[in-house]
Amino acid sequence: MEHVEEEPGSGRGYLAERGWRSWAYTMDHKRIGVMYLYTTIAFFFIGGIFALLLRLELLSPQAKYFSDHTYNVFFTLHGAMMIFLFIIPAIPSGLGNFFIPMHIGARDVAFPRINLASYWVFVAGFLVVIGSLVSPMDTGWTFYTPYSAKTGAAVATLSFGIFLIGMSSILTGLNFIVTIHKLRAPGMTWHRLPLFIWGMYATSIIQVVATPVVGVTFLLLAMERLFGVAFFDPAKGGDPVLFQHFFWFYSHPVVYVMILPAMGIISEVIPVFSRKPIFGYSAIAYSSLAIAFLGFLVWGHHMFTSGMSPLANEIFSFMTFFVAVPTAVKVFNWIATLYKGSITFESPMLYALTFIFLFAVGGLTGPFLGALSTDVQLHDTYFVVAHFHYTMMGGTVMGFFAGLHYWFPKMTGKMLNEKIARIAWALIFIGFNVTFFTMFITGFEGMPRRYAEYLPKFHVENVISSVGSAILAVGIAVMFWNFLQGLRKGPPAPGNPWRALTLEWQTPSPPITENFPEIPVVTGWPYGYGNPEGPAA
Amino acid sequence: MAVRLRESGRAGRVSAPPSGHADPRVAFEAAKLGLWTFLATEVLLFGALFTAYTVFRLKYPALFQSEHLKLNRVLGTLNTLVLITSSLSVVLGVDAIRRGKARLLERYYGVTVLLGAVFLCVKYIEWTEEFRHGLYPGTNIFFSLYFMMTGLHGIHVILGMGVLAYVVVLSRRGRFSEGYHTPVEIAGLYWHFVDLVWIYLLPLLYLIG
Repeated sequence: MEHVEEEPGSGRGYLAERGWRSWAYTMDHKRIGVMYLYTTIAFFFIGGIFALLLRLELLSPQAKYFSDHTYNVFFTLHGAMMIFLFIIPAIPSGLGNFFIPMHIGARDVAFPRINLASYWVFVAGFLVVIGSLVSPMDTGWTFYTPYSAKTGAAVATLSFGIFLIGMSSILTGLNFIVTIHKLRAPGMTWHRLPLFIWGMYATSIIQVVATPVVGVTFLLLAMERLFGVAFFDPAKGGDPVLFQHFFWFYSHPVVYVMILPAMGIISEVIPVFSRKPIFGYSAIAYSSLAIAFLGFLVWGHHMFTSGMSPLANEIFSFMTFFVAVPTAVKVFNWIATLYKGSITFESPMLYALTFIFLFAVGGLTGPFLGALSTDVQLHDTYFVVAHFHYTMMGGTVMGFFAGLHYWFPKMTGKMLNEKIARIAWALIFIGFNVTFFTMFITGFEGMPRRYAEYLPKFHVENVISSVGSAILAVGIAVMFWNFLQGLRKGPPAPGNPWRALTLEWQTPSPPITENFPEIPVVTGWPYGYGNPEGPAA
Repeated sequence: MAVRLRESGRAGRVSAPPSGHADPRVAFEAAKLGLWTFLATEVLLFGALFTAYTVFRLKYPALFQSEHLKLNRVLGTLNTLVLITSSLSVVLGVDAIRRGKARLLERYYGVTVLLGAVFLCVKYIEWTEEFRHGLYPGTNIFFSLYFMMTGLHGIHVILGMGVLAYVVVLSRRGRFSEGYHTPVEIAGLYWHFVDLVWIYLLPLLYLIG
């Protein structure tokens, strides 16, 4: 890859301009990415506080601190905020916005104006969501009818807010697809793309294809409440299970919107800190597309107990096992990349390895839920909660943290305190496993989720989980305190502190507006540690 | 579309507008791919409703048979003619600007917007008539589908009219020529999509029982 000369002392790069207007009207993909990061991380904290309140309540078997209804509201808000306002947009719209153009050697995304619009539509969306708090939701983040059609909560308002957030998600995905197709630098062929781009490409396709369906679903739900539209109302011949089909047609593929970008980050971090070419480049690249495709065919596994036909159950169960294949392909290739590498354990690498470990646990507990017989036992228990958090928090959020630590020097031009970063990592790792591994056991013993009260026999496990959540919270607080310290007084970062080969590291930190003084000409693949030509050459 | 519009620099003090892909051919291809991707989104948006239609039609064939007779087929057919004609005027408009005739483009796109308005008026008459007969979105599953599908389509007609009108305004400001008319083509493509959705709605709702 052509190395672009660094401009010494260029200082604040894209951050040079100050004042709120320079942010609010910006069309610089990097600034839009940063705005998304701040916004989504804010909701990560709010959603996290709700989670801690839930764990606080579950310290005792009887409802102690708040009513059942308040508990319902809290787990709904925890789920809805974490899903729609944090985990779906954080990596794609935040880190993706910042790094897709830089990775492919472009000056910006294809439609900078639409990119800015997508951010403000997102803001409008979360403002409406916050507006719905006058009568907060208590349905769980899945909005199942018929309860969601009857509850006194502001379902229509919240639906509209999420509709707007979905629009923003579609616009971002559309922008990325066109950007990756049309704006690659000369010589940046598809098989020289960093694997983060392959992950983001697959993600964008899902965003564009799946999101409109949930948009219509929420529209129909709102219309049912406002005008008595009959789609989901059994009294008028409608079908509540249809709501579940529509909802999961989006909401299952969307877990791949959450995980594929994180897998992309892991594919970047592992080779850099193993000083080895990535193993199985094409396998990892195409497995992203395979996951995106197969991910559309498995939504029914959320509904094994909803009364689908046995044949449909069997097909969905089969496809669910099938989607594990491309996922396993990635994990094996990462491990093969590590094999005989000269591995160093800087904080991005710690989070990347944590991802592999936790995601393997999350992934391997998936077959318990994908198999029909065991799912009937485990459905709606804490086993599902544990599985979900191992894949989404242990997977996506760890990937997000890996990305934040990896790209912090590039985005801010400052280095982090590595020692504190490792302490935070240790706390998060311990806290996470104590919290959620325990839930596998609680769930196996039969404790159902979404109840403020539980049988005394589950008391010990719940106390352990609550203690774990406190450790986890402290770890995350330390991590973000470290980020703030790094921002305020971190030593200046060199252009390429990790000696990585992707294009974003060949620019100064922080990068200049429009990224490259001259568009680079690409002559090899980005994983040429000892193999600059790439596997095909 | 945004690619070119950016040059008008409307947003006041903009933080360093990226001058990225100045190559107009890349910009055109990007805009076109962008719109096709957007249309994929739209297909899925209506796709959910078409799926629901299929499900309920298989479940209640007798209901669909009896209820669809209550719709006004004459007005439905009239509206189909209106929309097909409007697509024709879009094609003629795009053809005009390809030959560099901006005034002609404005006239044809203006006609399209007018035809869109005629379509909405006819739709308004139909809906009023149905309300008078006590047929509402909540009446039964057929009319839920009917009002949701035609309503969502109607919203798209309104949006399409807005987009086409905006193109006319831009054209009056002398923005388009033989060499550059990406927004004209993009807006036209979108209008064809809106037309096409109706071509499916007419037989499904009005004709087959």
